Amino acid sequence: MSAEMTPTAIIATRVARELKSGMLVNLGIGLPTQVANYLPKDIRVYFQSENGLIGTGALPAEGMDNPWLTDAGGTPVTALPGACTFDSAVSFGLIRGGHVDLTVLGALQVDHAGRLANWMIPGRMVPGMGGAMDLVCGCKRVIVAMQHTAKGKPKIVKELTLPLTSLRPVDVVVTELAVIAFPHGHATLVERAPGVSVEQIVAATGCHLWVPPDVPEMPLGA
Amino acid sequence: MKTIHVEDAVAKIPDGASLMIGGFMGVGTPERLVDEIVCQGKRHLTIIANDTAMPGRGIGKLVSAGLVDRVVASHIGLNPETQQKMLKGEMEVELVPQGTLIERIRAGGYGLGGVLTKTGLGTVVEDSKQRIEVHGELYLVEVAIKADFALVQAFLADYLGNLSYALTARNFNPVMAMAGETVIACVDNIVPVGVIAPDNVMTPAPLVDFLVTHP
Repeated sequence: MSAEMTPTAIIATRVARELKSGMLVNLGIGLPTQVANYLPKDIRVYFQSENGLIGTGALPAEGMDNPWLTDAGGTPVTALPGACTFDSAVSFGLIRGGHVDLTVLGALQVDHAGRLANWMIPGRMVPGMGGAMDLVCGCKRVIVAMQHTAKGKPKIVKELTLPLTSLRPVDVVVTELAVIAFPHGHATLVERAPGVSVEQIVAATGCHLWVPPDVPEMPLGA
Repeated sequence: MKTIHVEDAVAKIPDGASLMIGGFMGVGTPERLVDEIVCQGKRHLTIIANDTAMPGRGIGKLVSAGLVDRVVASHIGLNPETQQKMLKGEMEVELVPQGTLIERIRAGGYGLGGVLTKTGLGTVVEDSKQRIEVHGELYLVEVAIKADFALVQAFLADYLGNLSYALTARNFNPVMAMAGETVIACVDNIVPVGVIAPDNVMTPAPLVDFLVTHP
């Protein structure tokens, strides 16, 4: 099935399987936001927008925008029945206090031990860290959702060349090729995308990758 | 609390003042106050805010007009002008993790010297900050921030100055209303005293110095 799936669809589908009913989840902007569109139908989670909302719903129908109801990127959203709003101190108390079960973030680089760089390219791109450092430090579980390579170069590297986001390593990286975890500080291949060989993944990875004898395929079915 | 015309409110802000301005990507930013600051050409401002919005909106207008010397913010990614001015050295930008920023402002308003946090440990945010060990865990010391003025936007105000905010337009506003030496509130609707139920007041009236009247 992955032959027809775009890289984004593979990544978002696989990450969506990590979401369990009842979880409080924060999705970063960009690719991670797509995860909400691939959530299995029987799973009900709380999505947090760090600008002060739990219960973030889909985009509003045309003409139904509320200028006071947006996501963290400033895009109009809806609030589901049962949603709640709060100020930024509460929002980051939720994040830093360990009350958010899972965050899904994009990355520029991840190193061999799972440490993440995702907030600036010195001299070129200086967007600021926004809530990224708080999310990585404070959330119970951190998943990186990203393309395996950028312009043909590995994004999983031996040592970061870009500024670190947090000393706390991420738990899992999900790409269109593989799922990689970091037990005991070592990048370890956990799953491969359907039709992708271990050799392909190793070749596209910039650090030593521990490969167990048996690497199952990602479950991507319904 | 006094009601005030927007021109007179902004006239109270001197050049070189530090301003906390509420809002998140322009949502919940007191746009009328921002427009009037541009109109009166206040200069050498320090802006403390979550972000600098985008050109043509909210704090983005102050950046475009060249009124800002220094910004303390968590995110400037949607405003290429802020990034260019920072890289060219025309404007000083201190980037602060969003959770640390709101906590530093909260500390300023709550009479605390600062907060201890793990956010930023081992990163460029740590810079030369003090580390403290508490219960065997390392933390960074992040000091409190206050400002000469807090400019906030609310959904409802009564004529005492009680404020209530709408949805995600609340964000930094109520926290900043505690940390500004002088608090100026712009609101979407002014209602009679008693209309806002006590449980729905998010910023108590005694905190608000000036309520900007409608034109």
